[in-house]
Amino acid sequence: MSLTRQDVEKIARLARLSITDAEMPVYVTSLSSIVNFVDELARAQTDHVEPMAHPLDGQHQRLRADVVSESDHHEKYQANAPAVQAGLYVVPRVIE
Amino acid sequence: MLHTFSIGELGRRLSAKEISSVELTRHFLARIERLNPTLNALITLTADQALAAAGKADARRAAGEQGPLLGIPLIHKDIFCTDGVRTSCGSRMLDNFVAPYDATVVARLKADGAVMLGKANMDEFAMGSSNETSYYGPVKNPWDTTKVPGGSSGGSAAATAARLAPFATGTDTGGSIRQPAALTGVTGVKPTYGRVSRFGLVAFASSLDQAGVFARSAADAALVLQSMAGFDPRDSTSIDEPVPDYSATLDAPLAGLKIGLLREFFDGLEARNAALIHDALKIYRQLGATTVEVSLPNLPMSVPTYYVVAPAECSSNLSRFDGVRYGYRCENPKDLLDLYTRSRGEGFGAEVKRRIMTGTYVLSAGYFDAYYLKAQKVRRLITNDFRAAFKQADLLIGPTTPTPAFAIGAKIDDPVTMYLNEIYTIGANLAGLPGLSLPCGYVDSLPMGLQLIGPHFSEAKLLNAAHRFQEATDWHRQAPRGYE
Repeated sequence: MSLTRQDVEKIARLARLSITDAEMPVYVTSLSSIVNFVDELARAQTDHVEPMAHPLDGQHQRLRADVVSESDHHEKYQANAPAVQAGLYVVPRVIE
Repeated sequence: MLHTFSIGELGRRLSAKEISSVELTRHFLARIERLNPTLNALITLTADQALAAAGKADARRAAGEQGPLLGIPLIHKDIFCTDGVRTSCGSRMLDNFVAPYDATVVARLKADGAVMLGKANMDEFAMGSSNETSYYGPVKNPWDTTKVPGGSSGGSAAATAARLAPFATGTDTGGSIRQPAALTGVTGVKPTYGRVSRFGLVAFASSLDQAGVFARSAADAALVLQSMAGFDPRDSTSIDEPVPDYSATLDAPLAGLKIGLLREFFDGLEARNAALIHDALKIYRQLGATTVEVSLPNLPMSVPTYYVVAPAECSSNLSRFDGVRYGYRCENPKDLLDLYTRSRGEGFGAEVKRRIMTGTYVLSAGYFDAYYLKAQKVRRLITNDFRAAFKQADLLIGPTTPTPAFAIGAKIDDPVTMYLNEIYTIGANLAGLPGLSLPCGYVDSLPMGLQLIGPHFSEAKLLNAAHRFQEATDWHRQAPRGYE
């Protein structure tokens, strides 16, 4: 299946990616070739096959005791943030 | 000279006080300074921290402590978080990111006294098979610097092959340890999914990612894996299974071992490459193993399956990069949406954006069943094929890659052709199986890899089989010219 420019624009919007006009034709071509390639999966006979999400069978999500296990590292973590004020992450104004 | 010794030999010399870790560390730092500008295998050098850690290791030895990795230098793939050291994942997005904690793999090796020299170049977010997608430029293959080293752990592989460190860490989501190990003539181990903690490893595809090791022999890899492997409560998919003594069984006889030759791995394989695998099988038969042909009928579906599952997981994992909490932020965003889309559009490279969009597409309304759910079903069929094969054979064998290292630039513009490099490695990731690549000869003067795949938690058997092969051959002892 071939993807159109409109398809790729929609995917980029869903993925929150800005794609420049110069990049767009390359993505239309390469994503179309990838979709064509994975379309091969349609040929596989998968009736009554359970989808597999985890590579090892019989593994369950572990639970732990509901106790505090981490200390406060916010200053260290926020040292990597592009903009911080009073311990808060700063973003462009959302509500006028 | 020090760079030619095995980890075992270096350990003996450190233990006998013939050399110090500081001396060893200086030796490798000098080699990196001299040889890395050509190779671009390391993107961050931590010389001061390394010398301090080496001094500490020497003090621990002086106090009577022993340990196979105490004072041994290593290089970490730049996907592992290293406290206080930039962890870029090969991306502009994380070019300014200083990890606030150590990955479990890093912490374990540090506790055992291994000395980090620096961080290795890699394909951006581990997405690539040639190390050409890195924000920091391609890594060169030390066997021929016009060729790629493979990827995504290309820097770790090239550094190990060029003897810039006795070993390096890597990660393998679709072949990212085994493929570059094959193309650079070193030994690479991808353990069972869940065997080594993923905590602190920048996530690409969480149901496939697994950390492992590059070394110059199976015996060295066994020492490193011993330190890395084991249960970690901080990784929700870590497996709580005891870790066997990998070195203890290296010499076990192979008499009676049943090796399955993977029929589908030879379809269309060039005769010279196939001949190397058949030569390796002869050696295994001389060592007492028997061989049987096995088939994985659904294996041809593994690459399309992977290129649905991995991008889907990647699109979800990489949604955390939003330009708000860490990583790249665009200049002068006009609103929040502009901040998100431009930070991501400018911070990610072309291949990463392609994978995120592929993943977004296969998970989107109307396509989920046809692609993602379908791929998860085919993943089970492939896993069942492996299960059936292990009823006939103890280990499976085949080539690691279809060809030796290719030229830089040859495939980078054609993603599907690039993806097919992983045709022999992806199956083990989909099924969560351990795999190992070891050098088995040359095609056009470039190294080729022999791949061993075993059942879940059979790392000891894989290392044993690889070690016995390496006792009977000397491919793994050969160094690229200029790096002896």
